[in-house]
Amino acid sequence: MAKSPEEQHPVKAFGWAATDPSGHLSPFKFSRRETGDEDVRFKVLYCGMCHSDLHSIKNEWGNSIYPMVPGHEIVGEVTEVGGKVTKVKIGDKVGVGCLVGACHSCDNCVNDLENYCPKWTLTYNSINTDGTITYGGYSDHMVANQRYIVRFPDNMPLDAGAPLLCAGITVYSPLKYYGLAKAGKHIGVVGLGGLGHVAVKFAKAFGAKVTVISTSPSKMKEALEHVGADSFLASRVPEQMQAAVGTLDGIIDTVSAVHPLLPLLSLLKSNGKLIMVGAPEKPLELPIFPLLMGRKTVAGSIIGGMKETQEMVDFAAKHNITADIEVISMDYVNTAMERLAKADVRYRFVIDIGNTLAATKP
Amino acid sequence: MAKSPEEEHPHKALGWAARDSSGVLSPFPFSRRENGDDDVTIKILYCGVCHSDLHSCKNEWGVSSYPLVPGHEIVGVVTKVGKAVTKFKVDDKVGVGVMVSSCKKCDCCKQDLENYCPQMMLTYNSINHDGTKNYGGYSDMIVVDQHYVLRFPDNMPLDAGAPLLCAGITVYSPMMYYGMTEVGRHLGVAGLGGLGHVAVKIGKAMGLKVTVISTSPKKESEAINSLGADSFLVSTDPAKLKAAMGTMDYIIDTVSAVHPLLPLLSLLKLNGKLITVGLPEKPLELPIFPLVLGRRLVGGSDIGGIKETQEMLDFCAKHNITADIELIKMDQINTAMERLAKSDVRYRFVIDVGNSKL
Repeated sequence: MAKSPEEQHPVKAFGWAATDPSGHLSPFKFSRRETGDEDVRFKVLYCGMCHSDLHSIKNEWGNSIYPMVPGHEIVGEVTEVGGKVTKVKIGDKVGVGCLVGACHSCDNCVNDLENYCPKWTLTYNSINTDGTITYGGYSDHMVANQRYIVRFPDNMPLDAGAPLLCAGITVYSPLKYYGLAKAGKHIGVVGLGGLGHVAVKFAKAFGAKVTVISTSPSKMKEALEHVGADSFLASRVPEQMQAAVGTLDGIIDTVSAVHPLLPLLSLLKSNGKLIMVGAPEKPLELPIFPLLMGRKTVAGSIIGGMKETQEMVDFAAKHNITADIEVISMDYVNTAMERLAKADVRYRFVIDIGNTLAATKP
Repeated sequence: MAKSPEEEHPHKALGWAARDSSGVLSPFPFSRRENGDDDVTIKILYCGVCHSDLHSCKNEWGVSSYPLVPGHEIVGVVTKVGKAVTKFKVDDKVGVGVMVSSCKKCDCCKQDLENYCPQMMLTYNSINHDGTKNYGGYSDMIVVDQHYVLRFPDNMPLDAGAPLLCAGITVYSPMMYYGMTEVGRHLGVAGLGGLGHVAVKIGKAMGLKVTVISTSPKKESEAINSLGADSFLVSTDPAKLKAAMGTMDYIIDTVSAVHPLLPLLSLLKLNGKLITVGLPEKPLELPIFPLVLGRRLVGGSDIGGIKETQEMLDFCAKHNITADIELIKMDQINTAMERLAKSDVRYRFVIDVGNSKL
């Protein structure tokens, strides 16, 4: 007979979970495994709210398992380490992102690309090797294999650094892989949300010129004065788009809704690359002529491997890059999800787990 | 008052042209310019029939201007050279492909990428600087700036080599640019027609494992026994597709009809590349999840620059690669076009212009 979430594992845990596709989150008692030899256990202090959390709690991708404790931008303080753990010690500040497991033997894993392992285990909504479901960071503590623990640099604020664990690596990895992380390149960033605003900051730190492309003209001032973009294109204003034709070396497209690709392809120079990091659940229309006429490419990328995630966090610390956040209390989370669905946030909600979760325990 | 095609230029020429979007071709007297200082005059011996010719004759891309003389896989012999011409002399065997001019000044041109020059001028269905139309290779002669003329290697048969001038470079260029040259890697070729069969041959010459991906099971025997492909995959067979998932490093997609990309993307390994070189007239559906989850890319490519086209011809000559052709006379062109529309050709028609009555 299947055990209840509270009984599956030996260590009691508490968090907030969605129990059905309405996506409504509420207090949830469950349990976590003992700290194994390779494991790191930490008290969660902050957890970023990724748009994927919203997609998942509402079963928008059709693969949600309930009850679901979301959250994969998790930061906290180590409380226990297993006997074989060398990476961190008690009291260290650490993070966990989207991954908590992989096969460790395939070509991808051997090449530090756990994010492309066919047998990866996601931080939440995934099945562990023991058959139990993984529960994410909207909870009081986490335990994870040391390979999936990211060391948080001393000078990085925990709350504003949390979103880097998903949003940060999601844009950092393709900027490097597709050759766009270079001084002098002209990069476009489509969508100024959680991913987009971090993409602007990283691209600027790499020495690129950055143009934000958005359907919301109201975001222009923020983009230029606050986030640091060099220019702004209102994508629904034809004259502006026309004037920018053939000017971009690459575009990072963070938009997860269905949207037209043709205007974006036209902005690219010859050999330009349109990199999709948002994942609309329906196919997009791909006009072929523009692709051929300029030898352009459309490509994708998903998070990054653990080695690269650590590299990204260290790079961000060196360049003082953090997310722009709105810190919220645990009991505000449902309102925050409604606002997130309307893109009403500058630019990431971060739940102050350490100070506000315990009070919600029934 | 606009001059007639026959009177526009000083040298009389004969060709076959489509007059309207029915695409039916018929005899068409016109004229060619005087041979300028940089020009080469070519007596046309053969011209390949590219599927683009069919698309253009029927105005399937909506940009055709009639009368339209198609043909951009042109092979012939030099009959005259201008004063400044150094690359060729009379009697040389030469070819002309898809373009006859570009600006020569922009970054693309300076990097030998004339094919991406914004002012690149197509061999036919384009407008010259003097406002007159360009007419292609379904004709007895052509005058072209030496820069855009290719030297035909001595050991290459003129008729079977002609299709390389479009089909050959169209697959060779992306194979080089997208790095499909590592010996032992696995290349999929979607569509076994003019482009596809040449891609198989070039892929094998580069030391790749090659799988032909096709909707026509009857092409399997030819693909393996005659063209040298290592395997054949019927893309409409779900079980076969599933078994081949994640096995290919790259795919060259030569199909010019609208077709689903998801099955092709699923055949690619991590970091795999799907390169489209066919030109469907409507957009295709691009599912994003396979791109994101496997860091895959979809890219395009359009012929190649002149330097690379010459390199491709020399590579093919060295490896004895030519197209598999069916030679026809000019007055059989309309029947050939009907057959081409049904893919009923192994694998390129070539017009024996030199021996046809135009």
